[in-house]
Amino acid sequence: MNNTLIINILRFVLLVLTQVLIFNNLNFLGFINPFIYVLFFYWYPIKGNRAIFMLTAFLLGLVIDIFSDTLALNALASVTIAYARPAIMRFCFGVNYDFQNFSFKNTTKVQRITFLAIIVLIHHLIFFSFEILSIAHILLILKKVFATGIVTLILCILFSSLFSPKSE
Amino acid sequence: MQRIINFVLRYRNAFLYAFFAFISLVMTIRSHSYHQSKFFNSSRWVTGSIYGAGSDVSSYFNLQEENKRLVEENQQLRTLLFNSQNDGAKEPLDSTLATYEVLDAKLVKNSYTSPRNYVTIDKGEKDGVHQDMGVITTDGILGIVENVSNNFATVQSVLNTKSNINAKIKGTEYFGSLIWDTNNFKVVQLIDIPRLVPLVVGDTIVTGGMSSIFPENVPIGIIKKYDLNASKSFYNIDVELFSDMANIKNVYLIENKDKEEIEELESRTIE
Repeated sequence: MNNTLIINILRFVLLVLTQVLIFNNLNFLGFINPFIYVLFFYWYPIKGNRAIFMLTAFLLGLVIDIFSDTLALNALASVTIAYARPAIMRFCFGVNYDFQNFSFKNTTKVQRITFLAIIVLIHHLIFFSFEILSIAHILLILKKVFATGIVTLILCILFSSLFSPKSE
Repeated sequence: MQRIINFVLRYRNAFLYAFFAFISLVMTIRSHSYHQSKFFNSSRWVTGSIYGAGSDVSSYFNLQEENKRLVEENQQLRTLLFNSQNDGAKEPLDSTLATYEVLDAKLVKNSYTSPRNYVTIDKGEKDGVHQDMGVITTDGILGIVENVSNNFATVQSVLNTKSNINAKIKGTEYFGSLIWDTNNFKVVQLIDIPRLVPLVVGDTIVTGGMSSIFPENVPIGIIKKYDLNASKSFYNIDVELFSDMANIKNVYLIENKDKEEIEELESRTIE
């Protein structure tokens, strides 16, 4: 119990630092800054208090917003993912998710990548829609969502296989 | 009553989500129309120091290039100085008589990909920085100081949909507003230039004298393309910026000492 708490705090801090110091300055092709911190929602323990999860997600988003001067855009996207995560997991992992002894170990790679892809898609859709907040720019929003989303997804898959939590 | 409590308890996660989403939405929408939040911005001590530490490391990678740029600017200024007719320029400047005061600063965080870009610099209140000072680079303009903490400040870049800077065509007195349509970080738009003005692609755009933030004639960019707006009475001009917004390190802050007097006078006139 204590161990997961420390791991999560460490994750929080490291993901914020990596995001704001490295990935916010990437500017790949002039506009792609992947949001690597969504990995937090992928790694967060499955069985936990949802209220605390949402609070953590809000704080994580807000901290990144303060660093990147995009007030509350990341917070909004993060809270939405935290709220929708059980539904997304049920969608990706099927009935298995409702069993007590469910863990990532007995899921296939495709299921996990789908899960990550949906998280990234929802996050980016919310982020870029509210960043631009204009229906006239719908093409620009979609372009940003897909271009950034693909890069984020690839990086997240790489990171998640590099630092796969063995204990969980 | 029991039922209401049960209902709330049953959907407590949904209520919590609605609460957080509401807070974020209010903050987001406020940030679209009003000034940047006074409290939540990257000029604060924690965020500023972390960016400062990060930029201490990364600044070594392009030190040579940055030095070259500064030496080139020095050379230009020397040429100007030696060729000016006024030989009194070598005497130390009387700072009480000067209208504009210039401070130097370094960027600790740059941003140019979002629709509302803010950059953070490593000088704050302690060094005499305050809100609404103009910020320029070695080549052109960068933006206006928006929030100041003790050691850091955030600058609203010209690449910000909220930015609106007075600019004119060099050598004339026709002025308009400089805005940004978020499409390209190398190009900003100049609007409200009347139709009768003769324009040529390649003309230089400089800051106008209507604002008390920037001195007159600070270079901004050159005309890349122009066409008439919907009402056919004003031009929409695409201006290619002189400063490379993706690669900025050293900047200058400009303080207009007459600003308070001008503003006080203007506000009295409006009343």
